[in-house]
Amino acid sequence: MSGGERKPVYTPDDLAGFDARRALGKPGEYPFTRGIHPTMYRGRLWTMRQFAGFGSAEDTNQRYKFLLEHGQTGLSVAFDFPTLMGYDSDHPRAEGEVGKCGVAISSLADMEDLFRGIPLDRVSTSMTINGPAAMLFCFYVAAAEKQGVSADKLRGTVQNDILKEYMAQHAWVYPVEPALKIIVDMFEWCAEHAPLWNTISISGYHIREAGATAAQELAFTLANGFTYVERGLARGLDVDAFAPRLSFFWDIHNDFFEEIAKLRAARRIWARHMKERYHAKQARSCMMRFHSQTAGVTLTAQQPMNNVVRVAYQALAAVLGGTQSLHTNSLDETLALPTEEAVRLALRTQQIIAHETGVAEVIDPLGGSYYVESLTDQLEREAEALFAEIQSVGGVVRGIESGWFQRQIARSAEAFQREVEAGRRVLVGVNDFLSEDDHPVEILKVSGDAEDSQRRRLARLRAERDGAPVAERLEALRRAAQADRNVLGPMLDCARAYCTLFEIRHALESVYGAYREPVFF
Amino acid sequence: MPGSPLKRPIRVLVAKPGLDGHDRGAKVVAAALRDAGMEVIYTGLHQTPEMIAQAAIQEDVDVVGLSILSGAHLTLFPRVKQLLVEAGRDDVLVTGGGIIPPEDIDALRKQGIGRLFGPGTPTAELVKYIEEWAAEHVSA
Repeated sequence: MSGGERKPVYTPDDLAGFDARRALGKPGEYPFTRGIHPTMYRGRLWTMRQFAGFGSAEDTNQRYKFLLEHGQTGLSVAFDFPTLMGYDSDHPRAEGEVGKCGVAISSLADMEDLFRGIPLDRVSTSMTINGPAAMLFCFYVAAAEKQGVSADKLRGTVQNDILKEYMAQHAWVYPVEPALKIIVDMFEWCAEHAPLWNTISISGYHIREAGATAAQELAFTLANGFTYVERGLARGLDVDAFAPRLSFFWDIHNDFFEEIAKLRAARRIWARHMKERYHAKQARSCMMRFHSQTAGVTLTAQQPMNNVVRVAYQALAAVLGGTQSLHTNSLDETLALPTEEAVRLALRTQQIIAHETGVAEVIDPLGGSYYVESLTDQLEREAEALFAEIQSVGGVVRGIESGWFQRQIARSAEAFQREVEAGRRVLVGVNDFLSEDDHPVEILKVSGDAEDSQRRRLARLRAERDGAPVAERLEALRRAAQADRNVLGPMLDCARAYCTLFEIRHALESVYGAYREPVFF
Repeated sequence: MPGSPLKRPIRVLVAKPGLDGHDRGAKVVAAALRDAGMEVIYTGLHQTPEMIAQAAIQEDVDVVGLSILSGAHLTLFPRVKQLLVEAGRDDVLVTGGGIIPPEDIDALRKQGIGRLFGPGTPTAELVKYIEEWAAEHVSA
């Protein structure tokens, strides 16, 4: 919600000079404003992909089977905080947090349990992991090998977007430069060994959730994307060898038309920059493929049933904006992790949009609307202005290290809060339309058992695995990092030898050091 | 300061314990308390209870506000409180907010934790709570 001024009505005058062929193209053609596929949902619906994970790998494996049985078409792994930060479940810093907000994965053994009975050559899996993304990806590749599936058959995505971690989500491990180096290692390794795998999901979601406006989400995320491209080019990679596997992830907020315009503008800006600035030759390099998630931050603890309605409108915006996959939030997520019933309702919301509303039958149905095209153009202009501002503060990396992005986002969050508290912005059930009888909904309790069982499992793993290759392979990984070689191969060898997450993190930390955030409010 | 018998500003440490990186709430609250005339120190992310208790003692704060959205509240709130008590600072109010189910709020209150605030709480409510608490418990 940029809160930008809107006119009461848009007319042909607002599109003076608008060249539909140049601004839009056909669906599936440059600059992809209308969508990346010529047939869009006529050919294939979006992937309904609910993000899930809690407790132990076995608990989450059950939830995945439940979701697949109910018609979900892709998996999405939520890891717990220790895993997101590269700590094993038995590390002192993990205490109290194991399995709480996601699943605990400390080694290949846990990854094997997570996907037991789920053939990895037949599902696509998205993993929300960033600081230690390469490590969890190696566990996944090694788990697939155990199932007899080679890396070149794997389909899915690892989020792996460290720049937005520094800006907004804050699950980092290493300083900016070595973290970027590992990401480029992923681009390089996957181009050769796992060509169907999306090496990164460049994410606006967390930037928006942390408080950014739609224009800031759009611009900061794309600027991050350009940074990754530039780092790949600096390594000497051919842009068309890695750019087709870059994917994106957007937050779908409440301002319905602005969100649709944001998605359309995002595709167009990416295509133009990829072609004109980075000289991509393949259409796939210019094509922005993305996942969307309805905005968690818009859910309210007050009158939680209202969240069902918010999610449905946001999901509809994502579909009208041409998303490739979608997660719909559950109504109870401001209170706890969602119950099965709430998750099913969120999935049903997507199925109703897909099969009952008819919106999937026509491609980019709002294309040509005076309003939506004006808004798309306006967001593109705002993004270009922000790119110039980012340049003026020294670029993305400098802007992170100086806290510029973090301050911009925090200021937008404060401005939003002030508008709500002054009553200039209505939140139904929160600052207006309050109910006396606000019925509590039933919430999921995650048992504390995961922490104890994970500790026992890790103790057993450490006792039973062969210690010699563990030490050898960790040392080989450390040496690769020190010599500035690609660390992916040695890291995969560590995963195969059942080295734990923290052991791998630690081996690299001895070379790379740790990130320190600029603290302010 | 309006409505407060204190001659000095109330000192508050806003802290993010544990591994959870969601600092939108903590930063908005820190800014709101500062705007209300309090002296606010923000720890930054990923703090251990030991780091928080030590900062609270060194900065000689009246109030510690913890923001926890990770589900680890039953471990982290009592640990910070316990460390302060062990250091002879049971006079410091430990309060906070985040995603905390009602029955856990009750359990934490029984362990000496102050009021805990959920999503959608107007910042004016926290300011009022802290000012009223300080008026009663803090000597000038």
